[in-house]
Amino acid sequence: MTARLALVGITKRYGAMLANNDVTLSVAPGEIHALLGENGAGKSTLMKIVYGVVKPDAGVIAWEGEPVVIADPNAARALGVGMVFQHFSLFETLTVAENIALGLGSTQPMAELAAEIRQVAAQYGLAVEAERHVHSLSVGERQRVEILRCLLQRPKLLILDEPTSVLTPQEADGLFVMLRRLAAEGCSVLYISHKLEEIRALCTAATVLRAGQVVARCDPRLETAESLAEMMMGGALTHTSRPPAQVGAPCLAVTALTLAADEPFGTTLRDISLELRAGEILGVAGVAGNGQKELLAALSGERRAAAGAVLLQGQPIGALGPAERRARGLAFIPEERLGRGAVAEFTLAENAMLTRLDARTAPHGLLDLGAVNALAARLVARFGVRCSGILAQGRSLSGGNMQKFIVGREIDAQPKVLLAAHPTWGVDIGAALAIRQALLDLAAAGAGVLVVSEDLDELLEIADRIAVLSGGRLSAPMPVGETSVEGIGLLMGGAAHAPAA
Amino acid sequence: MRLRLEARQQPSQTMQWLSPFLAAVLAALGGGVVFALLGHNPATALATLFLAPLATLDGLTELGLKATPLLLCAIGIAVGVRANVWNIGAEGQLTLGAITGGGIALAFGGEGHWWTLPLMLFAGAAGGAFWAAIPALLRTKFNAHEILTTLMLSYVAIQVLGWLVHGPWIDPEGFNFPQTRMFADDAMLPVLLEGARLNAGFLLALLAVPLAWGLLSRTAVGFRLRTVGQAPAAARYAGFSANGAVWFSLVLSGALAGLAGVCEAAGPVGQLQPLMSPGYGFAAIIVAFLGRLHPVGILSASLLMALLYLGGEQLQVTLQLPIAATGTIQGMLLFFLLATDVFIDQRLVFTRGPAHA
Repeated sequence: MTARLALVGITKRYGAMLANNDVTLSVAPGEIHALLGENGAGKSTLMKIVYGVVKPDAGVIAWEGEPVVIADPNAARALGVGMVFQHFSLFETLTVAENIALGLGSTQPMAELAAEIRQVAAQYGLAVEAERHVHSLSVGERQRVEILRCLLQRPKLLILDEPTSVLTPQEADGLFVMLRRLAAEGCSVLYISHKLEEIRALCTAATVLRAGQVVARCDPRLETAESLAEMMMGGALTHTSRPPAQVGAPCLAVTALTLAADEPFGTTLRDISLELRAGEILGVAGVAGNGQKELLAALSGERRAAAGAVLLQGQPIGALGPAERRARGLAFIPEERLGRGAVAEFTLAENAMLTRLDARTAPHGLLDLGAVNALAARLVARFGVRCSGILAQGRSLSGGNMQKFIVGREIDAQPKVLLAAHPTWGVDIGAALAIRQALLDLAAAGAGVLVVSEDLDELLEIADRIAVLSGGRLSAPMPVGETSVEGIGLLMGGAAHAPAA
Repeated sequence: MRLRLEARQQPSQTMQWLSPFLAAVLAALGGGVVFALLGHNPATALATLFLAPLATLDGLTELGLKATPLLLCAIGIAVGVRANVWNIGAEGQLTLGAITGGGIALAFGGEGHWWTLPLMLFAGAAGGAFWAAIPALLRTKFNAHEILTTLMLSYVAIQVLGWLVHGPWIDPEGFNFPQTRMFADDAMLPVLLEGARLNAGFLLALLAVPLAWGLLSRTAVGFRLRTVGQAPAAARYAGFSANGAVWFSLVLSGALAGLAGVCEAAGPVGQLQPLMSPGYGFAAIIVAFLGRLHPVGILSASLLMALLYLGGEQLQVTLQLPIAATGTIQGMLLFFLLATDVFIDQRLVFTRGPAHA
């Protein structure tokens, strides 16, 4: 059988870096093919080449046996390639049908298009209402709009980049059903993900990239998650170890916190109460956009609330700003690295100062560069940050190394309470492991750690208790031993706002 | 063959430093073209503009004199821009500094107090700071952008000065010319060189260079300012106040511009006139960017701009060229700087063959 898509010897070089080195890959009709690899392994570059965004320096792309040049995304779409990106490109103020019409460049009457949308949506079991405005849709629904937009073009190859990172487990299951139906009809699927369990459940073939090169091809159904991870990393996988922790007194308490959204399409926090105890890790699960940003801003001090709504070791801090809360022992690892947790144009030494300006680094307001440099060097050494030195610009570090630096900076401050937002998002497996271990060690040393993450597996691995944020409300936390993925998934979908017993 | 701009992977350090020099050379060449079009020998005109003022000791002291207000204003503007606060109304703050400092001179000058001159300097700085505090208040309370408010307040300040020198402060023995009495000797800045006009204000401006450098690169306040300017979200995360940065940098740059104003009044001018500055406050914006917002770079840029002012006067005298010739070259300097700055983040690529679709 002729392959739907065959890549032979694809090479792409960016300056000194080989993003893709002699990559050969073949996808059969009706096959769900996984593309695996750590961050920076070259997956995105390869997909951009297939979708016509990037031109390869060498190599041949064959489409159904014929060599083709894919000059731009229009050419890719004309061939029958559809792509669902990780970050959606939808206009929030337009309806679903209007967004799709824009994406298709279609001139057909809106009513006709809406009818077609309904028909295709029904065919694949995608629950989407054509007349709804996008801003009123959940993230999962928005993804369905993106997928629908591709499906309306009757693709022969659908590329999905980390599609389940924004879905509840139930929504992900729905997506898999849809993808299997699509594959059964003969459409090929290229599936990029780092969630190994779902690749084992869904995909029938896999190509593993490491440092731009194909290092393995396998049938993921015959592999374990562990063996897949080892192929990606090129070495044996280590596990986090959980040191025994003594759970102590409450160190962070939130009582009946209600905070109106401060931006359009933001989430209002409703009546949130939680208690974080010293020595424990509390996980906050939930689909993005359900109030995570707002909750973290209220806890970190970027947004103020009533003084008594947030207590740090019994002291009211709700009305204090971030620097004052930090001085009292609260540290925060934000979601965005460059631009928020660190400044791209600053050196690592300057970035170390961002949250560590104190009597040691800046006595009497004058910077002690010796102390600052020593701090930065300590962070780099202690947390294994790969960089050209402490004078390297923030932008020159890879995402994982920048995150290790930020996590290290916050942990090194020896906080009483650490807030961590998506601490391992987009970080490669090795760095993720190191970050999780650092969080576990901090808790074991007696700090309270609150982790907000969309990665349920991560929360189940490191958290002692898990609460779910949905629609701006927080469920009562449950000990991890008493929860199930299904139960948490139902809460994430907003099934029950009633506090669990 | 086609030319194409391509993004560099990293900003070019070389272009970062080379760009101001290229801009200066291109502005000189552009100036030559303008002179040729006006019917003058471009070589003679350029020599008059750039070389003649440097040939005499008198010219060099005049260079320092003209650089003083440019340097003071530009350093304040640069500190602001580093915090992403755009004070483009240094001209107005300079004018107000001249009014407040000059008011002290008119009130107490000639009475022989030791504190007259220090009080004038303080009042000048305070006047400029006050004038810049108005945009700070408007920005932090009502989110009115300082680019508009500082500029508009400049014209208000000039009107206030005009009213004073035409009305209440007019010299009763001045044949109704719109100007104040000449300041008494004890209300004048001491000159540095017998017979020259260069005065102690130049030393104040030179002192501002290391102070501003230290502020930006060696203090917590400067680090916070740079963070607010470079990455507002990071500043919010760190807990650095954006409003604090607006207040600090506007008040600081206003005070420096005010100081420049009183130094003009108590220096080369010696009284208050309807116009205290030939646009030093606006030219200082060019100086700040030409100097790469770095205090040491600004020192060099202020000398270059001072040279343009001096050379421009020479052109008026020797070649009868209009004063607009100076303005034209100033404008070209900024224009070419913006143009050459494009190459910091991008590079020019030659491609052969037809364009791809």
